[in-house]
Amino acid sequence: MHESILVYRRRRYLWAALGLAALSLLAYALHRTPEPPNGGTWLGYTLGTIGALLIVWLTVFGIRKRRYHSAAGKVEGWLSAHVYLGTALLVVASLHAGFQFGWNVHTLAYGLMCATIFSGFYGVYAYLHYPRLVSRNRGNLTLEQMLDNVATIDNQCLRIAKNAPDDIREVVTSAVNRTQVGGNTFQQLSGRDRSRVVLPSGDGSHRLRRNPDQERAIEWLAERLSRTSDGEVSATINELERLLASKKMMLKKVRADVRMQARLQFWLYLHIPLAVTLIAALLVHIVAVFLYW
Amino acid sequence: MAETLKVAVIGAGPAGISAAARAAATGISHVLLESSPAHAQTIQRYQKGKHVMAEPGVLPLRSDVGFEAGTRENVLSAWQEALNASGVSVRYSAETISIEGQRPEFRIGLNDGSSVSAENVVLSIGVQGNPRKLGVPGEQTPWVQYTLDDPDEYQGESIVVIGAGDAAIENAVALCGHNTVYIVNRKDEFARAKDGNLAQITRAIEEDRIRCFYRSNAARIEETPAAERPARLVLNTDEGEASVPVNRVIARIGAIPQRRFVESCGVAYPSDKPTAIPQLSARYESNVPGLYIIGALGGYPLIKQAMNQGYEVVEYILGNDIGPADEPLLEKKFRGLSYGSVSESLAAMQKRIPLFGPLNALVFRELMLDSEVTTPAPGETVFMLNDYTDSFFTILDGTVLVGRGAAQDAALPLAAGQFFGEMSLISGRRRTATVVAGENCVLIESPRRTIKKLLASNDHARRTIDNAFMLRAIQSSFAPDVPAAELMDVVEAARLNEYKAGTVLFAEGDEADSLHLIRSGSVSVSRNIGGRDIVTAYVPAGKYVGEMGLIGNTRRTATVTATVKTATISLDSQSFNRLLDKAPTLRERMQRRIQQRIVENTQMEAQPESGDLISFLMQQGLGEATDVLLIDSSLCVGCDNCEKACAETHNGTSRLDREAGPTYAMVHVPTSCRHCEDPHCMTDCPPDAIHRNANGEVFIDDSCIGCENCMHNCPYGVIHMAVDDPVPPRFWQWLLFGAGRAPGMESLAKPDPSTPKKAVKCDMCKDLDGGPACVRACPTGAALRVSPEQFAGLVHGGGDF
Ligand SMILES: Cc1cc2nc3c(=O)[nH]c(=O)nc-3n(C[C@H](O)[C@H](O)[C@H](O)COP(=O)(O)OP(=O)(O)OC[C@H]3O[C@@H](n4cnc5c(N)ncnc54)[C@H](O)[C@@H]3O)c2cc1C
Ligand code: HEM
Ligand code: HEM
Ligand code: SF4
Ligand code: SF4
Ligand code: SF4
Repeated sequence: MHESILVYRRRRYLWAALGLAALSLLAYALHRTPEPPNGGTWLGYTLGTIGALLIVWLTVFGIRKRRYHSAAGKVEGWLSAHVYLGTALLVVASLHAGFQFGWNVHTLAYGLMCATIFSGFYGVYAYLHYPRLVSRNRGNLTLEQMLDNVATIDNQCLRIAKNAPDDIREVVTSAVNRTQVGGNTFQQLSGRDRSRVVLPSGDGSHRLRRNPDQERAIEWLAERLSRTSDGEVSATINELERLLASKKMMLKKVRADVRMQARLQFWLYLHIPLAVTLIAALLVHIVAVFLYW
Repeated sequence: MAETLKVAVIGAGPAGISAAARAAATGISHVLLESSPAHAQTIQRYQKGKHVMAEPGVLPLRSDVGFEAGTRENVLSAWQEALNASGVSVRYSAETISIEGQRPEFRIGLNDGSSVSAENVVLSIGVQGNPRKLGVPGEQTPWVQYTLDDPDEYQGESIVVIGAGDAAIENAVALCGHNTVYIVNRKDEFARAKDGNLAQITRAIEEDRIRCFYRSNAARIEETPAAERPARLVLNTDEGEASVPVNRVIARIGAIPQRRFVESCGVAYPSDKPTAIPQLSARYESNVPGLYIIGALGGYPLIKQAMNQGYEVVEYILGNDIGPADEPLLEKKFRGLSYGSVSESLAAMQKRIPLFGPLNALVFRELMLDSEVTTPAPGETVFMLNDYTDSFFTILDGTVLVGRGAAQDAALPLAAGQFFGEMSLISGRRRTATVVAGENCVLIESPRRTIKKLLASNDHARRTIDNAFMLRAIQSSFAPDVPAAELMDVVEAARLNEYKAGTVLFAEGDEADSLHLIRSGSVSVSRNIGGRDIVTAYVPAGKYVGEMGLIGNTRRTATVTATVKTATISLDSQSFNRLLDKAPTLRERMQRRIQQRIVENTQMEAQPESGDLISFLMQQGLGEATDVLLIDSSLCVGCDNCEKACAETHNGTSRLDREAGPTYAMVHVPTSCRHCEDPHCMTDCPPDAIHRNANGEVFIDDSCIGCENCMHNCPYGVIHMAVDDPVPPRFWQWLLFGAGRAPGMESLAKPDPSTPKKAVKCDMCKDLDGGPACVRACPTGAALRVSPEQFAGLVHGGGDF
């Protein structure tokens, strides 16, 4: 009833891909030509044509994926085939070229193809590895709800700090304002907490400090607690500590989520441009081959 | 004392306005009494700018007052003008609190202490009920209101909202952006609110955007001429009195149902069911002579029907025998029949069909308006075994053959006057038989809603259908070879039971004294193992539970709990033993089944996670689902291709919300339609726009009037209101030039606010080749649709389905 892309329909596309690769190898092994094997022999042409058609078909996946009315198979089936036949392309294209690589546009096309395929490998790894972790990390919350929770905690902190002594209020306000989540792709991928907080130092000046997981702020509050003898102030600090602790938990979840989402997505931003460039290079390759013939 | 009027019309909704206008046009003495300060309160309370629809399209309008589809504002002002122009005498803010007497001497008591005398009374007060008043000093002051039309109208005010229901919360939240808002709750939590509203109000209170007075009541409202705010509201709280300066107090403390008032006028209701409608004659007269009931109160939930009746009722009072406006519709329906005129045909039908015989003429006429008369050719299939249709058939002429698919040769004939189709109607499950037309067959096919209404309001019909249901259910489950006549004593001893969700039918260790055949809903079976309740099975409608104890004459070995509202037929051990004697193969069949159950139980007990997963799925309403979208969280990459596919194939609005909804053991239940067996959404749809077709899909057709009832009635929050955006994206333009909207993306254009919003929900892609777009578009195979029959397979393996 339910299966991942790798086992889709009893791995029928794995068998197809293995068959294609085996046939190509067999033909390559039996193929006898005066020159060393290369793209110019009849087998070279055949394998090249198969490879080029495969590449075009692999790209068409991007179109099928958006043809929501289409009744041409499930997208899952397409992706399963995409993954296996795309991998078989490694064999087909290498044999086509007869392993004749050099610094030319032909090898550029080959290199781009390999890059596309390897980015695809990462994609499959990510697709099979992260969803389970994402789901476990989220529990029953959505990212939006997690961010909402953080915002609610922030508002509660600010409200409590409103009537606290100046230094506490300033630290809490700056910890709230300088909390960071997300960022650009690299920051999302790394998942490092770049939050900051402005802390008063002994000499009356202020310093901007890193505040990963709100820890600096928590430490500062703990230290501030030890210096106070005012019952009301210590109650306020205790409350703030409690809130910051739950904010820390929530932020960790948010960051883990953002990081894993980014890992699920970023590779497609390589895969697709690589595929498009590959098509361009391939065109040049084919045109060049016919010109120099 | 003042003169006695010919007619007093109570309630200035569409029905009342039309009646009063007819009275004015015919020049009889009349008055139109309206409790609120303006006409048509129900329509006044629609959302601002709502598009009012004129369904049913085929019904002609017959009224002195015009009515065309349009915005709420246009409809209301047209009626206002018509009222002014026609010389109707209206009294606003005149709430009727009592009606005494009968024709020709009614005394109508009003809330200001005055009274009106009239020969006839037309009661057209609708079903919305009047808003419950605060009942404290100062409630008459201009600062107190009971509705909120447009929250954006108020800025910088201090506003107190009183109440803890959804309406109060929605108002408070909508106002708090630009005003200082307080909410007053009698209790210490918002227990009655929907989850979404609860979350919103809790957040707003936590963040100080709204201040809440818990365990508090309004005590009085006082004018404060010198202060910054014109008035102040004094509250009784746990800590004594509190006072809040206000510009406005909005009380949303519910509505008083009309039924008690109507009964106090002497009108009888045929049953205690909340859906019951007063018994009326063909001329809308109740059991109180001279007291007529029209419009929504009489069971006609649409504006056009209400207006037509307003016209007709005055004509009837005047003694004019005009045919109802829907006469041509019936004429067309009866064209092929040979019983004569419409009223003769109706009478002939009631005579031929015992089920319909005792109905009053108006009820039967209404039933026929909703029904279709069909004449299937001999051998034509009426419905197939396992279809999901749920209409109800009566045989007017000829015969039909009832069989089970392939074994059609062993089919049982049913003759004229009998009925069929009640099994699916009641259980909401697939058809349990195939029915084929015989010679000269003429059938009346009635929609499920019509029959449900009939069952709720007519005891005779309910008993007749229930008995047939019990007989056929017992026969088909236990004794297919035993003729009906021999089963009568067993049926007589059988009992009908109803259970609310979560009720225990019987508990482990109880004495086993009966067996339950599940008529609608479903149950879960659980056993206490190591101090923990572990669910071992889920039993849907049409199956039975409790047979183990009966055969062995022992104690119950498991607890059976209703997962949703459930009805069962129970047989005690005596009747069951009688059945065992009558059907010789039954004992053997039962024993085989019990063996099978024991094997299944031990399987389930070995993997308690599966039981937990069943409980989780049941909590998500899968106990009443026929087909539900699940997402395997361990495969979903969050690409939202499923939503995009749904939006793209459904006029730009996705009918599923992937991210929302709970997850357990990697099974995620997104917010999307469960295609319930007994769809809650259907219960109160004025134009009857929600249907289910043969494959089980519950869908909404174009006659939706956008009243939002289904949205509120669906317990799973899957219906929303949306504007159609049928403009498809241009794929290549988008791909090559980035022009226009991307496939699957929300519409770019802001919809014109006057376009009507309609209810949308999943229709299981019934019009698409290839089936559900969401499932087909999922690149990783995470999205899947499952039906109850597949739950078992799903659950084995404890989540890794
Ligand atoms: C949100 C919503 C949207 C809808 N949209 C549509 C639509 O688009 N098209 C459509 O055809 N139908 C629609 N309907 C249904 C339609 O509103 C009703 O069928 C119609 O209003 C019924 O008319 P009525 O005259 O019977 O009762 P009502 O319209 O309810 O009128 C009853 C009147 O009686 C007054 N009243 C009540 N009690 C007393 C009393 N004791 N003394 C004096 N007066 C009293 C009330 O104030 C009210 O003005 C909608 C309903 C809702 C709730
Ligand atoms: C219609 C499809 C193709 C045709 C007609 C074609 C044709 C050729 C020919 C004639 C050669 C030999 C050129 C020479 O020896 O100088 C060649 C070599 C080569 N082709 Fe293709 N090819 C096709 C597809 C591909 C594809 C899909 C790839 C991989 C992306 C590819 C990669 C190469 C490489 C790497 C070489 C070796 C270059 C070299 O010898 O220096 N070709 N091709
Ligand atoms: C040269 C070969 C390949 C080309 C030209 C190619 C091209 C594409 C294209 C155009 C898409 C559509 C992306 C989109 O529109 O969202 C895509 C998606 C994808 N490809 Fe490839 N691909 C190739 C090889 C591979 C290989 C070898 C794998 C894996 C082993 C792979 C895995 C994927 C995956 C997982 C997706 C994402 C599916 C989704 O999220 O919808 N690809 N590829
Ligand atoms: S809309 Fe709601 S009530 Fe109606 S069938 Fe779907 S889930 Fe059930
Ligand atoms: S089955 Fe069709 S209508 Fe229903 S959620 Fe999926 S795509 Fe939307
Ligand atoms: S299409 Fe599939 S993988 Fe994508 S979000 Fe929907 S369920 Fe998840």
